[in-house]
Amino acid sequence: MTVVLQSLVVQAEAARVLQICNACRYCEGFCAVFPAMTRRLEFDAPTVHYLSHLCHHCGACLHACQYADPHEFQVNVPRVLAQVRGKTYIDMAWPSALGSLYARNGLTLSVALCLGFALFLMIAASRNVSVWGSQPVDNFYAIFPHQLMVAIFLPTLAFAVIALTMGVRRFWAETPLGPATAPAMTEAAAHALSLKYLDGGHGEGCHNEDDRWTHQRRRLHHLVFWGFMLCLASTSVATVYHYVLSWPAPYDWSTAPKVLGGLGGVAMVVGCTGLLWIRRRRDRAMSDPKQSPMDVGFVVVLLIVAASGMALALAKGTAAVPALLCLHLGSVLAFMLTMPYSKFAHGVFRSAALLKWAIERRQPLSLKAVGD
Amino acid sequence: MTDVLVIGGGNAALSAALTAREAGASVILLEAAPRPWRGGNSSHTRNLRCMHDSPQDVLTESYSEEEFWQDLLAVTGGQTQESLARLVIRGSQDCRRWMFRHGVRFQPSLSGTLHLSRTNAFFMGGGKALVNAYYRSAQALGVQVRYEAPVAHLELEGGRFVSAVLSSGERIAARSCVVACGGFESDREWLRQAWGQNAQGEWPADAFLIRGTRYNRGAVLKDLMAQGADAVGDPTQAHMVAIDARAPLYDGGICTRVDCVSLGIVVNRLGQRFYDEGEDFWPKRYAIWGRLVAQQPGQVAHSVIDSQAVGRFMPPVFEGCRAATLADLARQLQVPTEAFESTVNAFNAACQPGTFDHSRLDDCRTQHLHPAKTHWALPLVKPPFYGYTLKPGVTFTYLGLKVNESAAVHFAGQPSPNLFAAGEIMAGNVLGKGYTAGVGMTIGTVFGRIAGAKAARSAYAQPPEARGAGT
Repeated sequence: MTVVLQSLVVQAEAARVLQICNACRYCEGFCAVFPAMTRRLEFDAPTVHYLSHLCHHCGACLHACQYADPHEFQVNVPRVLAQVRGKTYIDMAWPSALGSLYARNGLTLSVALCLGFALFLMIAASRNVSVWGSQPVDNFYAIFPHQLMVAIFLPTLAFAVIALTMGVRRFWAETPLGPATAPAMTEAAAHALSLKYLDGGHGEGCHNEDDRWTHQRRRLHHLVFWGFMLCLASTSVATVYHYVLSWPAPYDWSTAPKVLGGLGGVAMVVGCTGLLWIRRRRDRAMSDPKQSPMDVGFVVVLLIVAASGMALALAKGTAAVPALLCLHLGSVLAFMLTMPYSKFAHGVFRSAALLKWAIERRQPLSLKAVGD
Repeated sequence: MTDVLVIGGGNAALSAALTAREAGASVILLEAAPRPWRGGNSSHTRNLRCMHDSPQDVLTESYSEEEFWQDLLAVTGGQTQESLARLVIRGSQDCRRWMFRHGVRFQPSLSGTLHLSRTNAFFMGGGKALVNAYYRSAQALGVQVRYEAPVAHLELEGGRFVSAVLSSGERIAARSCVVACGGFESDREWLRQAWGQNAQGEWPADAFLIRGTRYNRGAVLKDLMAQGADAVGDPTQAHMVAIDARAPLYDGGICTRVDCVSLGIVVNRLGQRFYDEGEDFWPKRYAIWGRLVAQQPGQVAHSVIDSQAVGRFMPPVFEGCRAATLADLARQLQVPTEAFESTVNAFNAACQPGTFDHSRLDDCRTQHLHPAKTHWALPLVKPPFYGYTLKPGVTFTYLGLKVNESAAVHFAGQPSPNLFAAGEIMAGNVLGKGYTAGVGMTIGTVFGRIAGAKAARSAYAQPPEARGAGT
């Protein structure tokens, strides 16, 4: 009941704030939220969900707001849209029960899952090798057979993809805006991949601790995202090597999987650490404190995944390999399992919202309001 | 001793402070408000009017000096000083590069304001973003900014500025001074006395809402006038808009305006119409409705539309009264039902057939109705009906200090050698009455820069012994 009530309060607050924004419109140049807003007169729950995922939480509209605290209107778009987003991650999660589970304690749960899986894997591995032994281990498959890894990770990944698809389908169906055209898809992809809406509209960045612009967050996010993609590419290339070329791991540093994975891992470690660092200094006014554990939890898991992966690569041929492998695989498993319910989902929902906007902005205006 | 003391913390003050600092002067800026409220009325602005000979970045087509001047002449009814007005107009063409250098960014005109895309450059994020940028730049350049530092009194010696005395009693001496601390609209008592009592015994100004900062109390203006500074303008003249009666007493800003006046009718509390709602395009008329409402009994009026108007005007910040019948709307608006119904019926009957087009001066008008509605007159017949109660909202007052082309404050017709004025405190030199969008920020920026440059020069022109040691 209280959760439902909270949802209604957040929705009512978002609608109140957006009605003030729609009568002001000064922030139109910052991002897509405001141009999308001006196409509407009313802000029901589905509309607010859509706008909330268009918001990249750059903070520009808060610093520029003549109605922000201490003004009695108390307008705070980044915060209320963050609250709405937090609500939608839970409401649209599939199955729903897992969504609320994660939201309650993101950081503890993430770390506990990483360590839990790692411990579980160590116990499993101890049947094949000595996890804490002194014997140098070179071949991962001596610890976990390749098929076993595939049997664990493939279904987990498949589940995550299905759950995310179910969630984003709910989101997509809420505000029907018509079919996606090729130009709309191209534009949405470009805006998502370039983090266009962290550029402040003027191209000079977004806000962190104060009203200054900075590219920090955009660049660090790029490091994490593209680092992640490099790691994904590394795994994909390795899969091709394994199945197509019958060339099983381990690979040398001169091979594509190692180069891609190495670069990606470093980028992710730097990016995640940087994001956690600038997050500490971010102006608290723009955030939803309730989501802090969820945000931090996700970045910490990514950091554990990346750091343990890097450590594993560097530990090649030493006795630390079994334990590090268990930690790495455990964190990857935790990451995959929580994907649909963690901050990972933001990328999927945001891309969907960007596509919605790319579709919508190509449609003629239905309102022709004239003001002073 | 400091070279230049700037009193005020909005656009004009910051323009002066930055310009003086760029000229090498040491600068202290005194903002009366605490930091979160800094920037005065500038925080509520969104653009400045600029002349330009050809399309430039966010500005379309061209807007010549002559056209700008004619626009100003028309809105002020000739109550302007041409030499100063032209100085502002010419200064408006090249100030954006300077603004950009200090961190201000521009954007194309906002939705619903296409009519301004040729004449007005919009600040990205609006005036508060501009104010933030200027304060950042001021900090980077080493301007000393002090918040919560309202000035109570200026010490003068025969028209020469000596020092400023803060409300706290602290005395700050400087070689020259720029006063850029706005009008007096938030001094309720001064406003009350200026407007006086009307024939019904009401004090109209008591009903006024202030659209801008609560810190524009006119203390420095009053102090200087008491010390013999020459004034311009009429204390009742101001930028006044009819705004939603539920707007906050201060700082309601842009969003409290009600833009459906030209799409319906406006009645006073007796249920009677009192002015042609369709006289001209709304952007050219919104600024007269504050005074019109101020002249009505109780200083209230009600803008009434039917469902045909929904979606044709900028969405209002507050929901209007909504009713299925005119009688119910009258009850909600607390106007006499019979009088209101007969006003609407008479209006509906007087509407002549025509082709409604809100984007031009169309032929939908009334016949044999007083006052007439000359455009966009559509019978109010489609329920639900909506009503918005209006009150006068003061943006800023026009009574100010007389200045010359150097922005120098005058005493008995003589310009002060080291006291200058910029922004709303001297806007009355250019704006005797009326308004055209964005001209306030143009005056503030152009005169702020002139005042800052002259103040720096004045400080450096003083003999070394007068300049003392250690800056």
